[in-house]
Amino acid sequence: MGESILIGGFWRALILIFTGDVRVYEAAFVSLWISCTATAIASALGLPLGFAVAVRRFRGRGFVITLLNTLLALPTVIVGLFVYTFIRRGTLFGPLDLLFSPGAMIVGQVILALPIAAALGQTAISSLDPAARETALTLGASPGRVILTTAWEARYGLLAAVAAAGGRLIGEVGVSMMLGGNIAHHTRNLTTAIALETSKGEFAVAMALGIILLVLALGLNFLLRRLQGRGEEPA
Amino acid sequence: MSVRSKVVLVGVTLLVALQLIGGGCGKQPARLTTIKLATTTSTENSGLLDALLPVFREKHSIEVQVIAVGTGKAIKHGENGDVDVILVHARSAEDKFVADGYGANRRDVMHNDFVILGPAEDPAGVRGMKDAAAALTRLADSKVSFVSRGDDSGTHKKEHSLWHGAGIEPSGSWYLSAGQGMGACLTMANEKRAYVLSDRGTYLAYGEKINLEVLVEGDPRLFNPYGVIAVNPDKHPHVKYEDAMTFINWLTSPEAQNMIAGYQRGGEQLFYPDAVEK
Repeated sequence: MGESILIGGFWRALILIFTGDVRVYEAAFVSLWISCTATAIASALGLPLGFAVAVRRFRGRGFVITLLNTLLALPTVIVGLFVYTFIRRGTLFGPLDLLFSPGAMIVGQVILALPIAAALGQTAISSLDPAARETALTLGASPGRVILTTAWEARYGLLAAVAAAGGRLIGEVGVSMMLGGNIAHHTRNLTTAIALETSKGEFAVAMALGIILLVLALGLNFLLRRLQGRGEEPA
Repeated sequence: MSVRSKVVLVGVTLLVALQLIGGGCGKQPARLTTIKLATTTSTENSGLLDALLPVFREKHSIEVQVIAVGTGKAIKHGENGDVDVILVHARSAEDKFVADGYGANRRDVMHNDFVILGPAEDPAGVRGMKDAAAALTRLADSKVSFVSRGDDSGTHKKEHSLWHGAGIEPSGSWYLSAGQGMGACLTMANEKRAYVLSDRGTYLAYGEKINLEVLVEGDPRLFNPYGVIAVNPDKHPHVKYEDAMTFINWLTSPEAQNMIAGYQRGGEQLFYPDAVEK
């Protein structure tokens, strides 16, 4: 039974991909654009936060680091519930009409990915030799210049942080289901489609969607590795 | 750029804009609006809405976005104003929804019936029983596995009222409260060779994917009517009441009702229309 679902799912995946099945491409497109947008926003906010935590010395710094690391394990359904209570009608952000829309999914996913970008970004910056930065400062480099140089030095670690955040988001289902509502053609992404097809007993289709999801994640990571690889080449 | 060429440029731009607006109006009589419908997993999993909604969209330029959850949660979304209209199956909860002022205009849409499913070997021996409560009593006595939705859905509410009618408070290791949708529960019952209460539509839609058989059917208490209710704009002024009413009027029109009557899976009719007299 298990093997037949796996093999059946593999064939089904090939058929769905090459016949240009609209539902599959829609779900893949929703997954990609929402998770990429959320990853970009979370990285834009989280990496500078991680940077600041890494280089600044302030009271409660240890606590902030512990907090960020704890939030790495933030359950998706908690984020979904939390955001729901703020965006539903009659609440603070109710008038934005966000619930059951791609916007709500992005908000939830940004909250989910922010600690990942921040915590892993902080680790990447902290692992650098602080002497280089201090030398640059004493030699009179502008703070902006120092930040850019430091970020460049830590680029592999920072890219890895972005990849980890993106990987978490493209595979998550709790936030997408609770805040997006799994609306066909609109907020149904690959993971909620997998949940739906599984609940319908369409295991082969669900498996096919899962294989497509893995291929997408693989493709994104190859892209990131290529970016890293270019950096590794000697100048 | 000279004044004259500026005037010409503005003129051309205006003409193009007017052309676009005019052309757009000519092709589409009304702009596409969207409403949100919270409904049960049974209406979506059976494929019925996929058959109905594109026709409605074509005709009225209203896109219905479907959020498929259990009836209890669908009603909650209506109470919170998260959606514009609900299509559910739990008559007493629906009446309370309207009586409390959350819903306006409830209409009967269609019905099918609930059935008690179980493995073909039927270890509890309930096959052919006409009294659903008596059948549940026998299941409880023989302590065979029973999968309950356990999710406050319409089916769960129905199951609860049947247990209540039998005077039994089901508990114990044989009573499996799954907390999942109808399809997931059918799959679970199939795997565990357990009994389960299901709407006939979902059961038929599953067809050969499961090896469960209809063992108990025909009790009047197993009647399963679906109602559609617009969310009351007095409670939630932002809801798209008029579009919701357009949808309700269409769903209860002869056109949609005929489509419901004609909708089949595996050669069997899943739902029976209630809004239009034959």
